[in-house]
Amino acid sequence: MADTGNNDAFVAFERVQKSYDGETLVVKDLNLTMPKGEFLTMLGPSGSGKTTCLMMLAGFETATHGEIKLDGVSINNIPPHKRGIGMVFQNYALFPHMTIAENLSFPLEVRKIGRSDREAKVRRALEMVEMGGFGGRRPAQLSGGQQQRVALARALVFEPELVLMDEPLGALDKQLREKMQFEITHLAHELGITTVYVTHDQTEALTMSDRVAVFNDGKIQQIAPPDELYESPQNSFVAQFIGENNTMEGTVKEIKDGLAVVQLDDGGLIDAKPVNVEKAGDRTLISIRPERVEFNCDRLRPGAHTLKAEVAEFIYMGDIFRTRLKVAGRDDFIIKTRNAPDQRRLQPGEQIEIGWLPEDCRALDAP
Amino acid sequence: MSDTTQTGPVLAADGTPLKRSLRRALRAQKMRALALIAPLLIFVLVAFIAPIADMLFRSVENQIVGNTLPMTVEELRDWDGTEVPDEQVFRALFFDLFLAAEAKEHTKLGSRLNYEQSGISSLFRTSGRDVGDIGEVFQDALTEIDPAFDEARFWYDMMSGGAEAEGNERLLSNQIGRLEVLEATNFSGDVDFVPGAAISDILPNTARAYAVFAAFTHFVDEDVVAEEEPWEAVYAALAIDLEDPATRAALAGYDGPGADVLRRAADAPLPPVDMKAAFIDSNKDWQRVGFWKVIKTYSPPYTTGYFLNAVDMEKTAEGIALRSADQRIYGILFQRTMFMSLMITFSCILLGYPVAWIMANLPARKANLLMILVLLPFWTSLLVRTSAWKVMLQQQGVINDTLVWLGLVANESRLVMINNQFGTIVAMTHILLPFMILPMYSVMQTIPPSYLRAAKSLGATNWTAFWRVYFPQSVPGIGAGSILVFILAIGYYITPEIVGGTTGTFISNRIAYHISTSLNWGLAAALGSILLAVVLILYWAYDKIVGIDNVKLGG
Amino acid sequence: MKLTKTLFATTALTVVAGTALTAQDMANSMTLVSWGGAYQDSQDKAYVKPYLAANPGVTATWDESSAEAVAKLRAMNEAGNVTWDLVDVVASDAMRLCDEGLAMELDHDEVLAAAPDGTPASEDFGDLIVSDCFVPQIVYSTTFGYRTDMVPAGVEPPTSVCDVFDLAKYPGKRSLQKRPIDNMEWALYCDGVAKDEIYDVLGTDEGVNRALAKLDTIKDQVVWWSAGAETPQLLADGEVFMGSTYNGRLFSAIAEQNQPIGMMWDMQSFDLDGWIVPAGLPADRLARVMDFLKFATDTQRLADQAAYISYGPARASSAPLVGKHADLGIEMAPHMPTDPANASNTHIYDYEWWADNRDDLDAKFQAWLAQ
Repeated sequence: MADTGNNDAFVAFERVQKSYDGETLVVKDLNLTMPKGEFLTMLGPSGSGKTTCLMMLAGFETATHGEIKLDGVSINNIPPHKRGIGMVFQNYALFPHMTIAENLSFPLEVRKIGRSDREAKVRRALEMVEMGGFGGRRPAQLSGGQQQRVALARALVFEPELVLMDEPLGALDKQLREKMQFEITHLAHELGITTVYVTHDQTEALTMSDRVAVFNDGKIQQIAPPDELYESPQNSFVAQFIGENNTMEGTVKEIKDGLAVVQLDDGGLIDAKPVNVEKAGDRTLISIRPERVEFNCDRLRPGAHTLKAEVAEFIYMGDIFRTRLKVAGRDDFIIKTRNAPDQRRLQPGEQIEIGWLPEDCRALDAP
Repeated sequence: MSDTTQTGPVLAADGTPLKRSLRRALRAQKMRALALIAPLLIFVLVAFIAPIADMLFRSVENQIVGNTLPMTVEELRDWDGTEVPDEQVFRALFFDLFLAAEAKEHTKLGSRLNYEQSGISSLFRTSGRDVGDIGEVFQDALTEIDPAFDEARFWYDMMSGGAEAEGNERLLSNQIGRLEVLEATNFSGDVDFVPGAAISDILPNTARAYAVFAAFTHFVDEDVVAEEEPWEAVYAALAIDLEDPATRAALAGYDGPGADVLRRAADAPLPPVDMKAAFIDSNKDWQRVGFWKVIKTYSPPYTTGYFLNAVDMEKTAEGIALRSADQRIYGILFQRTMFMSLMITFSCILLGYPVAWIMANLPARKANLLMILVLLPFWTSLLVRTSAWKVMLQQQGVINDTLVWLGLVANESRLVMINNQFGTIVAMTHILLPFMILPMYSVMQTIPPSYLRAAKSLGATNWTAFWRVYFPQSVPGIGAGSILVFILAIGYYITPEIVGGTTGTFISNRIAYHISTSLNWGLAAALGSILLAVVLILYWAYDKIVGIDNVKLGG
Repeated sequence: MKLTKTLFATTALTVVAGTALTAQDMANSMTLVSWGGAYQDSQDKAYVKPYLAANPGVTATWDESSAEAVAKLRAMNEAGNVTWDLVDVVASDAMRLCDEGLAMELDHDEVLAAAPDGTPASEDFGDLIVSDCFVPQIVYSTTFGYRTDMVPAGVEPPTSVCDVFDLAKYPGKRSLQKRPIDNMEWALYCDGVAKDEIYDVLGTDEGVNRALAKLDTIKDQVVWWSAGAETPQLLADGEVFMGSTYNGRLFSAIAEQNQPIGMMWDMQSFDLDGWIVPAGLPADRLARVMDFLKFATDTQRLADQAAYISYGPARASSAPLVGKHADLGIEMAPHMPTDPANASNTHIYDYEWWADNRDDLDAKFQAWLAQ
């Protein structure tokens, strides 16, 4: 599923493999290219190999096989401190015995940049993250969000062309995290920095990235812009990992006119868009996003598929309503509706009819 | 804003002041907490605070002179120190020393004063032996005048002044008090004897001597006063009293028990009382003014003498002065102890740091194995470890043998690596190394590897990353280890004793010597107090310079 | 009239000895204090084990604290809890303990067994009863041993204590005890001071300096020891050519371990070792320890001890009974410090003089050492 080699790619992984114990591969045959200035997120559950990839790129782990190239040059044998890659760590890794200004000054000092230059750059970097007045403080005196900004400033102060971020927002509360997500993407685009961002939070991945690489089991499952990833997951893992999904298992009866007719396990027949089913008889997993399900079926355009359902539970969530339904023998079918003025609140026990457009219903490989 | 008054305390719901309510509510909690730490508190008090307080007290305590020779000290108060004291002082000395010899306290005093002046020990020992003979002269003379003087009952009746006589309770309680001080105990109960008031006035010395004899017989010997023949000192006291013409006159009108015998004794010729001559005859050192000066100088209950001695100084007639060069030792030893403890601390840092670093960066299982190796020295006795170093380092030892075998050192010029400072530093570094490694290790364990990675990603070489990022964060571990090692080293004495030779011994070796061999506990206490003060000062300085908050024994 | 306490003590003992207390009145455990090592073993074998065998139910515990006996007894006394019953000490410590009232005064004839021929104990021990509190067991000496195989070729083995100071004739290291006693006397003697004037000379500052100056000539060749086992070990390792230690230690290195070591008895310094009873023991413990003491210091028992270690029994009547070494079967008499052949030139150290001058000389000696 990875994209193919590209010679003017800024960052390139070519057939990279990594094993720690010589028995199992944690990264299996990874191929990836990134153009300059891209914000790429590596998303995946823990143990999927995303952090290992990042560490190989930073130089803290060596690839067991394959090549990693930066700006067309193999960096396999370049030690981390010569790669010139900025990095933001999960726990920020701000040096506790140095002040904020000293922390920022550190990468400039080791690069033997003159004192006045250094001070100017540090000041600019701090102002850039709105931490101008904090140069004299110690990391322990700052809040988590402030430390995060400083860590970002420190990774940027020596003007690297590539910045790596390893779950940098994991320790922040939700509000702060959302604010920082915005600021980071904003900064990255403004400065034109190529960014590799590792996270296991799919919302973060979707909101920040130019492209998202979904990792699982040491492989990239899909690499695509966020909307494409969400709307058109290429396989059931991606579908289930990104966003919420209603799934139903079944068997393909036939494929015709770009639509697959699927016989659900409880016997019902529905139409779905075939994504990676090939022929009749294939087991499949039907996936429908909860927000694409409508219970006012007259609002759907003709050709929509409808089903009987019974309301099991109504959950008020503020901006949306979340309703659990009993459909086709299962009771975990979720629909989401906007809390609009004319929106009706379904009552448990109510019998309703739900429906969706066939193109929103995707027939994926059975897991 | 609210209806509570501005003045006056805030009240709780039931009207009691809020503060008191709060205190009451917290009291149970506090008591429970106190009960939990009580065992530790008591342990620390008994096993730690009390001995230190005792040590500090001993280093200045000098009550032995005043307690043993109270009358002599009193008489010496007006002595000008130019000539041998007069007869009055020697008479006081006689009675003091007689009682001290009975109580076996005189040689302790001799040993005490011998620390200040060689020879006083035997002076007190020989004269303590002779005081009986000095008094016996008068006993013999008095018995010759009247055999009644040999009878215990006669003395008892005479000195109590008869059954109906008014007693001199004060004299008796004074003497009991004196005995209590001397024996360092408390006596309670009735002596079964009270000196008569009338006879006490006529024969003041005799009454005093007999009273203390009675108290001693009753409390210490646990005998019946009326059945014991008095001490020789009582006869000497009577001879002194009878010498006084006023006594004779007073006796003329006295009709208590034994009055006739006393009158006869007063008229008969008695040997003259010359205690000065008798003492000088016993030991000619009594005419050395210097010895008397020492007694006078050390008569107050507290002294700076031990501390002066501990810093190579002494009290002389001209005031405080440095000891003669051939007796100065503690200054050298304190310096040496400091210097070597620092050397040991630095060697421990140098050797321990890489080990701790490796341990902190190894996977847990291998780190545990290494930890066992580090702790291994603790499993063998200190003596065995030290002796093993002897085998390693001596001239016919393993290292020298190896060097000779390798041809690096000629057989005739084998290296001297033991019985000197080098040997002590090597052996003690080995013994104290775990105390350095453990705190370092526990601090290093808490430094996440991401700091080093961050530094490298920021462009630092391995060395810069270590030196500027890792090392400063491991300093608290070094600090804790250094304080531990330094303080342990400063008080070590077994290892320096065995491998230190003459140049590698510590001040603690002298402290041990004074505790167990010379028994000069006062000096040992003074040396120990100075050592304690030095440690506290260094600790304070460390706190000022590095900050004690920067000392970590672990996460 | 002697000191009242003596009377009191002896009265108490008369009761003990006179009324022949039954075993029920005696404590059935004792804590004995000694020096450890071969010497304590000899005591154990010669009289502790036999005594315990004869008195079933009685136990004895050893405490190897004799080296710090005075300090520890003083501390126990201050704390009011004396746990020891019988303490083995050198003569000077016995005198000090007796002086301070920490040891009990004894009437030797009353509490100790007479010789087999009826000679009272006080005569049998004779002059060796240096203190009223002291029951002597052995006469030992501090003397020199040397490595026979390290004597330079063509040179006679050393025979005089002054050979210790002759580095030209006998090069190599020496080991000496880290204290002024004995060393100062030997130094003065070898500097030409007559034996009977040694203490007069040592009593002056010039004398002290003279002794130290003599020691200075060998100072950088000296290894100083503080435990008796050190010199035999140093000799065995070839670390030193000659060294002073207790004669029994040298005997065991030579006879039992077959080390190439020779004895040099010249100017051996005699000393005594014996028992003291701590003052103030409760009656039952006192009764037990007196019973043991009487047994352990009789003529036969002291002679038996000499079968295990080469120290001379303190009783005159024991000397003829000294036989062969218990394991090696060699005659022990020629190895005794008191044997006439060994005692032709001896040094008897002056307890009284050292009691007065030890503090002062020790300070000077230590200052000299530290330089």
